[in-house]
Amino acid sequence: MSLSSLTKDWEPMSYGFLDASAKREIRRKMLKAVAVPGCQMPYASREVPMARGWGTGGLQVSLTLVNPKTTVKVIDQGADDSVNAASIRRFLARVSGAPTTLDTLEADLIQSRHRIPEEKLRADQVLVLQVPNPEPLRPVQPNMSIARQMHADADYGRMWLQLYEQIVRSGRVMQGASYPSLVNGRHVMTPSPIPRWDVPKLHMAEHLTILSAGREKRLHAVPPFTRVEPLVFDDVPYKVEEHGELICGRSGAKGFFMNEIPQDDGTSTYEISDSDYGVKTIRQAEGAQVHLGETWYKNGELS
Amino acid sequence: MTIALDAPRLVQAQPLLTAQNVSKSYGDVQAVRDVSAEVFPGEVLGIVGESGSGKSTFLRMLNLEETPDTGTYTLDLPEVEGNLFELDRFARRMLCAKRIGIVYQNPHLGLLMNHSSSGNVAERLLVAGERRFTELRERASEALQASEFPLERLDAPPIELSGGMQQRVQLAKAIALEPALLLLDEPTTGLDVSVQALVLDTLKRLQQDRNITMVIVSHDLGVIRTLADRVMVMRRGAVVEAGLADQIFQDPQHAYTQQLVHAKL
Repeated sequence: MSLSSLTKDWEPMSYGFLDASAKREIRRKMLKAVAVPGCQMPYASREVPMARGWGTGGLQVSLTLVNPKTTVKVIDQGADDSVNAASIRRFLARVSGAPTTLDTLEADLIQSRHRIPEEKLRADQVLVLQVPNPEPLRPVQPNMSIARQMHADADYGRMWLQLYEQIVRSGRVMQGASYPSLVNGRHVMTPSPIPRWDVPKLHMAEHLTILSAGREKRLHAVPPFTRVEPLVFDDVPYKVEEHGELICGRSGAKGFFMNEIPQDDGTSTYEISDSDYGVKTIRQAEGAQVHLGETWYKNGELS
Repeated sequence: MTIALDAPRLVQAQPLLTAQNVSKSYGDVQAVRDVSAEVFPGEVLGIVGESGSGKSTFLRMLNLEETPDTGTYTLDLPEVEGNLFELDRFARRMLCAKRIGIVYQNPHLGLLMNHSSSGNVAERLLVAGERRFTELRERASEALQASEFPLERLDAPPIELSGGMQQRVQLAKAIALEPALLLLDEPTTGLDVSVQALVLDTLKRLQQDRNITMVIVSHDLGVIRTLADRVMVMRRGAVVEAGLADQIFQDPQHAYTQQLVHAKL
């Protein structure tokens, strides 16, 4: 048996850049990840024409899921127009022939770095999150063999200890992103470095979320209608960022996650982080026929 | 080898800890040879012996960190039955977290050196399922206070504390859940004499106030004499003599024990 007898070089084998065996493996691992929500599944993680740490995990999942009819949207920190998002979007379109969009509502497949769009995702949409570090136990247990035993035993006491230490030292939970969350009452996962604002969007969501770390060669998933509960003390409630009262300086939108833009005089203005939602809000204000989807937050409160 | 221990005041009681015929080898080295022991509720068993005599290995087996080649180990507790060496990893962890406390000779083994002292104690409560911050804080403070740890240093990380203070944090962590059994592995080694005396006083007071069952391992006969009701002398992995502390110290029978006692005196 030789490598050439195992591998065929005909055209459809490399549709969407990845070869069929790589896709087959990632599909299997995605199915496993869906079957055991929040549990990390190792995968080989092929080379893609992008540096590790720039979204290779998310890209491999997207390349596996994409087909010529899939409408693809790529965002980076909420923005469609960042260099990274634009590069990945163009690459996906080039290798698969799939149409692309900036509109969350039109997309079938959304690859995102560090944000979940403000408009609610539907059951027919898939969200792929790029993950730099999939192991929530790493800050408390650097030995990955022991960390895996801790996952097997649901030994998550030290995750609360981390929160305890933050409250003792700073008076409040300081975990701004990658907030550890219990999935389906069993596995603690890191929801990728999305802000605390976005974590509740994963709870009992209609859409499938796949979280993939290319450098770390692991993926995990939050299937539709799955409980995602941020770790909290019974007497210290979970808090999202206080952005409810902030108003977007460009679109006038209020009650969404904002980017802070420091000004020369020391003050700050704010701009909605979900750039597509901001653009749609501006266009609607100008009188254009724009469909704004239902949002997870209304007036800064989770609906 | 089973040692019949003469403990008249406890003779009617059911032993809390029963270890029988425990042996453990590492390659060609037999670290523990056919050791049996019983410890009754509220009693302090001291294990003495020279370095390499197998006393710490035996203690680690009592803490379920090591599995022996042969032997059985039972605790007279409602939640466990049978040979504890046969428990799986998860059951061992839960039992140790809730019912067995340990203080190591080296605080680095028992503490998270860069976490707060109260956090170190809280960790034990968290493993047992406590999820209220205020409760964790209160109970950690109580345990540290019981260990005579200065509460103004409640949130200081152990790495900034002296050796004696680190041992107190370990002790607080060990007693936070009111363990049925407290294991102490050379708790005062490496401390200067005055600090040793303070830690021993704390241990003695805790034992008297809470009636904690203890197994203490030390090569220091003074420590054992201060704390133990009964003493087991180990040499080359085996028990050479066992009995009431006064008997052992006043009238040692085995030549090795005589040597130890006289060396000390």
